[in-house]
Amino acid sequence: MAEPSPLIEFRAIDKRFFGVDVLKSISFSLAPGRVLGLVGENGAGKSTLMNILGGVLAADSGTMLIRGEPFLPRKPRDAAAAGIAFVHQELNLFTNLSIAENLHLDSFPRRSVYGLRLPLIDRAAVRARSRKLLEQVQLHHDPNTLVSALSPGERQLVEIARSVGAEARLLILDEPTTSLTAPEADRLFEIIKRLRDRGVAIIYISHRLEDVLSLCDDVLVLRDGQVVSSGPIVGYTPERLIREMVGRNVDQLFPAHQAPATLKPMLEVERLSREGVLTDISFTLHRGELLGIAGLMGAGRTELARILFGLDPFDSGRIVIEGQPLIPSPRECIRRGIAFLTENRREEGLLMDDSILNNASLVALPLFARTPLKFIARSALRFRAKETTEATRLRAAGLSRQMARTLSGGNQQKVVLAKWLMKPPAILILDEPTRGIDVGAKQEVYRIIQALADQGTAILMISSEIEELIGTCDRVMVMAAGRIVDRIDRAEFDRHRILCAALNTGVIV
Amino acid sequence: MTPTLRTSPDNAAPHQSAVLSRTRTSTRLVPIARVALSEYSILILAVLYFLSMWPFIPELGSRANLTNLFISMLPLLAVAIGQTVVLITGGIDLSVTAIIATASIVAARIVSDGNGLLAHHPAAITAAVFAALLVGGVIGLLNGGAITLLGMPPFIVTLSMMMCVSGGTLWYTHSTNIANLPDGFIAIAYGAPLGIPLPLVIVVLLAVLVHILLRFTLPGFWLYAVGQNARTSRISGVPVRGVIVLAYVISGVCAAVASILLTARLETGSPTQGDKMLLDIIGASVIGGASLIGGKGKVIWTVFGVTLFSLIANTLELLDLQHFTIMMIKGGVILIAAGLDVLRRRLNFGN
Repeated sequence: MAEPSPLIEFRAIDKRFFGVDVLKSISFSLAPGRVLGLVGENGAGKSTLMNILGGVLAADSGTMLIRGEPFLPRKPRDAAAAGIAFVHQELNLFTNLSIAENLHLDSFPRRSVYGLRLPLIDRAAVRARSRKLLEQVQLHHDPNTLVSALSPGERQLVEIARSVGAEARLLILDEPTTSLTAPEADRLFEIIKRLRDRGVAIIYISHRLEDVLSLCDDVLVLRDGQVVSSGPIVGYTPERLIREMVGRNVDQLFPAHQAPATLKPMLEVERLSREGVLTDISFTLHRGELLGIAGLMGAGRTELARILFGLDPFDSGRIVIEGQPLIPSPRECIRRGIAFLTENRREEGLLMDDSILNNASLVALPLFARTPLKFIARSALRFRAKETTEATRLRAAGLSRQMARTLSGGNQQKVVLAKWLMKPPAILILDEPTRGIDVGAKQEVYRIIQALADQGTAILMISSEIEELIGTCDRVMVMAAGRIVDRIDRAEFDRHRILCAALNTGVIV
Repeated sequence: MTPTLRTSPDNAAPHQSAVLSRTRTSTRLVPIARVALSEYSILILAVLYFLSMWPFIPELGSRANLTNLFISMLPLLAVAIGQTVVLITGGIDLSVTAIIATASIVAARIVSDGNGLLAHHPAAITAAVFAALLVGGVIGLLNGGAITLLGMPPFIVTLSMMMCVSGGTLWYTHSTNIANLPDGFIAIAYGAPLGIPLPLVIVVLLAVLVHILLRFTLPGFWLYAVGQNARTSRISGVPVRGVIVLAYVISGVCAAVASILLTARLETGSPTQGDKMLLDIIGASVIGGASLIGGKGKVIWTVFGVTLFSLIANTLELLDLQHFTIMMIKGGVILIAAGLDVLRRRLNFGN
């Protein structure tokens, strides 16, 4: 059989912003029924490339062809008309509406009488069409279910059902698994494969290289707006992908860490419980130790961190900091030297429309306002902020000029880290510290964490990336359904064992 | 002129002109944006408005009118400064007019020469002033308490507070004014030590104090942080509740200051003092640039906003427009200001 003719073809696409090359002579093609993994660090040009394809931006030069015909989208609607569907990283669903309503937002089928279309919604047709769309993504819910009642994974499927519609020929998925649990992600992959087998071409953008390697047929690596390499997935390894994305060898993605020689307890948690959330959580975190918490979404990891930091209440149990009991509240925790980097940096970590300086200052500010009238010692504050942000290798135009919103995910995370490091913490709780940031920034976050542990900070790290826990931690606890189900020392780290414990199967699958 | 002096600009010329032309194009592209984003845009607008209206209304620039404009602006400015602090936290204080009325009655009830509680007492004036400020502070405290402890929306808390408090004041006074205020109290509005009107001294002092609080102190920084994102602030150890309560107390005290100025100027304590001012107060703050969404606002912006707003109101009165026409135009101006707030935010994102 002959090679199928490409569905879409890019020929020497160039794009410049303010005289800076963002895309340089990008050429590639994608055949129907293939999944293309698009990988690259943040800022490598992935979004720009997809925006050109989606009609949001226009290329400066070069051509795009769809089935051999020139394709010149001027607005997103043109791309949609050409059968290109886009599922964005952040979901665009109305949680207060039903699945069916979300699926039909742009065009509700209308009732008609003797061929005359009335301004009334044909509910029966809406339901029937919704069922068909949901069938495609194997989501077996009543179309009248409110989206707010769905899990993140199910919402993702609704989003895909909406984007795919009936006629999508090219589906673009941008980081679809960031908020999914492992089983949910697996289900998503099954559906992607089904769509592929039906002849839909798929562009899959992700930082999770294992997913890309297991799911995709082809891969395209972008770096600094250029294609570094492309071709069938066979012959690619995680190491090769990282090397090509970063442009340097990242054998040492995880820096070396020495477990602390002496064990001095910093944080002791005894039989901490909260009805329906946590059951009998006990552990000890030592000075200079990196303790990881693995588990699926909903296993109670974030809830544990929030309780420890006084953001949520608990029913029974005891929390002890350096031998002294703690009655947690954010202010009390900060006073006792605890820092908490939340998983939701946009809504809980940053003041998005404020400067880097003000963001970094927020926690340590009282230390710089010690006079009775609480005047802020600005130059001292600024000096400390500069020192701290430099230590995190934050890249920004100016401390007081650049707003947090305009930073990349990795740099935003460094601002949040800097905020907690302005006053060096004794205990650092990290919830998904590398979520949604690129490989280069991840490596720097690991470096900062290790340096802190080496200086004696006790670190509790929650992560959904098992590799990350194995690479950085001294010990790992696995949580499932609100309990600690396994504790593993570094010497016995085993990806498989962690996964099985997290799934709480007890069976080696 | 030496040759060196002449050649050096020539050498630099090509480079310089390239830079200049680029800045020029960018200025040409977004002139509206630049004006809207500038800190002094509202002041410039006020001056332009004044200059363009002056030829049509000659008495606008007269000494008597300007003095009148200035004096009538001061109480509005005092309340608007407090309102700005509340707006910065993302709240709104609708109870300020009720505070003005109540503080007015409390002060007059104490100081009045007729049946005042401390009539003719040497400490009467001081007591009246402090009692008025205390009333403002306590109502602010109640507002802040209800908002933070019960988690109720500021709009509904302060709206119901307004109704309760002003209703109570009307009931207590049977809707009558309290007159016969002593000269010493009236002097707060008309006195001019060293030729500077006392109200001006008081309001400038208030403005400077709040400015210093917002700009240079820890609570000031916290007010902005809470207004931008209360969740982030809480996790970062900001005493969010305390900060919000502080904002409403400041607003209450500022309203009480305005009340004292108004009561002294009108020489009467009135249970309806300031009841027409509410939209002027919020409008002037928003015109100045405080955002109804929180996190933004400066005392100096509010000064400009109050200036422009008072100027517009003044010209409309001088034009002998009817009351409802003035209301319509004022409403339009506030709407435009709120629109500008949205525009400013968008343009900021564009940068």
